[in-house]
Amino acid sequence: MEPGPAISAGDLTVNRGGHEVLHGIGFEVPRGQITGLLGPSGCGKTTLMRAIVGVQVVESGRVEALGEPAGSEALRHRVGYVTQAPSVYGDLSVRENLAFFARVLGARMERVEETIEAVSLGEHVDQVVGSLSGGQRSRVSLGTALLGEPDLLVLDEPTVGLDPVLRQELWATFGKLAEGGTTLLVSSHVMDEAEHCDALLLMRDGRLLATETPAGLRERTGCQGLEDAFLALIEEEGRGA
Amino acid sequence: MSIRVTGAVAHRVLLQLRRDPRTIALLLVVPPVLLTLLKYAFDANPAAFQSIGGPLVGLFPFITMFLVTSITMLRERTTGTLERLMSMPLAKLDLLIGYGIAFALVATAQAVIASLVAFGLLDLDVAGSTLAVGALAVGNALLGMALGLFVSAFAQTEFQAVQFMPAFVFPQLLLCGLFVPRDEMAPLLEAVSYALPLTYAFDALQRVTVDGSLGPTGWVDVTVTVVVTLMALALGAATLRRRTP
Repeated sequence: MEPGPAISAGDLTVNRGGHEVLHGIGFEVPRGQITGLLGPSGCGKTTLMRAIVGVQVVESGRVEALGEPAGSEALRHRVGYVTQAPSVYGDLSVRENLAFFARVLGARMERVEETIEAVSLGEHVDQVVGSLSGGQRSRVSLGTALLGEPDLLVLDEPTVGLDPVLRQELWATFGKLAEGGTTLLVSSHVMDEAEHCDALLLMRDGRLLATETPAGLRERTGCQGLEDAFLALIEEEGRGA
Repeated sequence: MSIRVTGAVAHRVLLQLRRDPRTIALLLVVPPVLLTLLKYAFDANPAAFQSIGGPLVGLFPFITMFLVTSITMLRERTTGTLERLMSMPLAKLDLLIGYGIAFALVATAQAVIASLVAFGLLDLDVAGSTLAVGALAVGNALLGMALGLFVSAFAQTEFQAVQFMPAFVFPQLLLCGLFVPRDEMAPLLEAVSYALPLTYAFDALQRVTVDGSLGPTGWVDVTVTVVVTLMALALGAATLRRRTP
């Protein structure tokens, strides 16, 4: 594994829709781990992820992925990004979607079958994506990002709306990827998902509340549930301000 | 740019079309039906059908490809697939040329069927070669595609994209000389018509269908059409952003 953090940001400020959404945040994400980006809806998680993959116009500050400025050409092979809304072609079948993106990425064609397996869509390969359920569709979108075997995977709420069994399976998949050396940044507004992460970035209102491990967070706040721990952090910050 | 990626885009666009047989049917059937309507609407005045019909065969692909491209591109933008592609190792040219290849194939099919019906069944006669009419038709399809791509950047919804057709295409159809010779228009409109790309596309078609060959002016028309197509493609490429606010 290369040295240095997988993601590094400093004093990052981003405006969206005429408002400042990220207020000068800085952090580092270690390589080969699952880092959870947690916080309530509307706190700026998606904007931060967009900045990391380089599709977001940044006001000021710096953000780097895998040692390169975010969005640079060399990263287009190495970073996979899954948006919250599934961005795949609704009028193509699962296999046609994956085969198309595999050709764009220059991935081996065997990756298509491997990916279908990884996201458990074997029964639906020839089904048109538009006729799949929301959860299945978002797995096609996730599969698209896995095709190129990226070093960094940025996943925006990948487990929202999935049934518990499937969610467990996906987290197991993420775990396997991390074991294989992939860095994952996974956002969620459900605090319980933090359990599956090695490290946590806790966000609120465009600021970072804390960078902690789940265990560290429990210790620091004295709370067992991560939901309570998050609330305790907010209170702590309120007192500090 | 890569042939692999360009080919993947063209293949994908055609696959999507195949999944939509109704659109294919409309694309292929509507032009011959309209030509048939035109012939019998001018039942008492066959000369009018003869003078409008030929150029119209070459203009249909312009109109349909303008509409099809602006909606398809808008969909790529709104469903997030464009953003995903832009974050992948794909050159903007791969996307544009891929679309160009797919739509040129569709336009060819459209022009062939319209020509077969017009020249074979409806007794439409043109002075020049029907092959030249077909070639101009495909060129006009690419012009329509390039303009559609460009204007799609200014539409936020499919409603707006559809409205761009009467806004951008109808004035050009009215002023290109198809319905009224341009020198019979109010001087201001005649002057305006020189600034509209369809004027040149129509003029080239008229030279082939009436004069029998392009001639030097016709080649100027073709050159203008090609240059405008390339300019619109370049402007369209500029609207494909890797980073958005």
